[in-house]
Amino acid sequence: MYNSLIITNNIHSWVVSWMPAAVTGITEMIMIALAYLTLFAVLGLFLVLMERKVAAWFQLRIGPNRVGFFGMFQTIADALKLLSKELTGTDKADKFLYNLAPYFLIISSLMALAVFPFSQNLQAFDINIGIFFLIAISSIGVIGILLGGWSSNNKFALIGAMRSGVQTISYELSVGLSLLTMILLTGSLQLSEIIEVQKSGWLIVQGHIPAVIAFMIYMIAGTAETNRAPFDMVEAESELGAGFHTEYSGMKFAYFFLAEFINMFIIAAIGTTVFFGGWLSPFGITESIPWLGVFWFFLKAFALVFLMMWFRWTFPRLRVDQLLTLEWKYLLPINLFNIVLMAIIVWLNFTIQF
Amino acid sequence: MSYFSDIYHGIRTLLTGMGVTGKYFLHSRKGAITQQYPDNRDTLKMFERFRGEVVMPHDENNEHSCTGCQKCEIACPNGSIEIIWDRQVDPETGKKKKLIDKHIYHLGMCTQCGLCIDACPSDAIKWAQNFENAVYDRSQLTRVLNRPGSKVRAGVEE
Ligand code: SF4
Ligand code: SF4
Repeated sequence: MYNSLIITNNIHSWVVSWMPAAVTGITEMIMIALAYLTLFAVLGLFLVLMERKVAAWFQLRIGPNRVGFFGMFQTIADALKLLSKELTGTDKADKFLYNLAPYFLIISSLMALAVFPFSQNLQAFDINIGIFFLIAISSIGVIGILLGGWSSNNKFALIGAMRSGVQTISYELSVGLSLLTMILLTGSLQLSEIIEVQKSGWLIVQGHIPAVIAFMIYMIAGTAETNRAPFDMVEAESELGAGFHTEYSGMKFAYFFLAEFINMFIIAAIGTTVFFGGWLSPFGITESIPWLGVFWFFLKAFALVFLMMWFRWTFPRLRVDQLLTLEWKYLLPINLFNIVLMAIIVWLNFTIQF
Repeated sequence: MSYFSDIYHGIRTLLTGMGVTGKYFLHSRKGAITQQYPDNRDTLKMFERFRGEVVMPHDENNEHSCTGCQKCEIACPNGSIEIIWDRQVDPETGKKKKLIDKHIYHLGMCTQCGLCIDACPSDAIKWAQNFENAVYDRSQLTRVLNRPGSKVRAGVEE
């Protein structure tokens, strides 16, 4: 659980030096949790800024450029504004569930972050069923959406939440199956092990054709999982106001907003870890400097995030029936076929390895 | 077999779309259409078709080409134009002729529909490209388009 980077070792010995051994474990856990919380709140804010900038560039605009250098602090200012706003709610809302819903969403997405290996040994929790844990955790988020839509006593919110339920349940299947295809190659669910396997070539190269198909399916289904355009029927602005979070304001709205962006990052991070070698540098060019792994990891993850933004600003929104047709008639059969193909390739040792 | 060709066409058209937006993304640096308005106040030029307000151009001799035919007044759907005119003896020909005294334009009522400009037979009025039309008093929105002392250009007839 504890990692062997020098900095964490120093902190560990510093904590042990003034504390009884029994409570050091809890203290360190809390310290790590707080560090992650701050880091990913900042990351979420940065992603919002990135989305706005990228959207602007796609639409030949300039984007936020007033607050700070190139609008750097725009989202921080927005977050402060949201913090200071009144928390409103509807009459006859189910107050308990209404207040609970945002936390489901934000906590499930923050929990998922714990298992990613950001660099060699820089991993909060190296669980041996990593991928399984990620898939399980990312489906808890939808409960938050359903609760939020159900309890806020608003028809738009309810319709949005129900659509989200349909969508997430369908597309979870594709995410799971496409990851399963890659598990056939790695033979392990543990994320650090998966990266270890990729030292002889990233999985998307190792598994060539089926891996590329799996990656395409994963990106489509992953975009749908995060309820982003072109699959954003959950909050289709032109139809449903803001969808399931129509009735939320202030910080609770900010949680939903932040969770959406962190989820996007999680999808990109899973993609990075499983398909593109996680923190491994291309051709091992910086193998001697382990902390550069963080840089490679984020570079790859942000490239995938950019891809998802590119989708968003290119494609028009699907209708619900088209969405389900895409999943059940196209993605799922192709996926099942793809697993068989991958199994044959692994069986006959047709993988490409360096 | 249409199943597979559907997939192929789907992927191809999606990639085409991404190619188009990708091109825009790469060119956004040069081609941004955003005007950062108060900053570029001195250099900002409105495009030609922009409809700011109706003006009457005068040449260097303080002459305009409005004959006072009132066609713009009739064309205006909401009565933003009032023409005050008079029959006077033209000093050159010695005939009686309709001449404008005041061409009054109410910017506050104008909807920028352009019908008056289309209706004018002698192209005496046109659009100006200015857009900073805010004033502190409503009465400032009523403008007299012909300048004091101006007269109609010789040769412009009804
Ligand atoms: S632009 Fe239209 S509304 Fe304005 S003065 Fe001319 S005719 Fe009237
Ligand atoms: S502006 Fe044109 S249409 Fe109006 S009175 Fe003068 S000549 Fe006639």
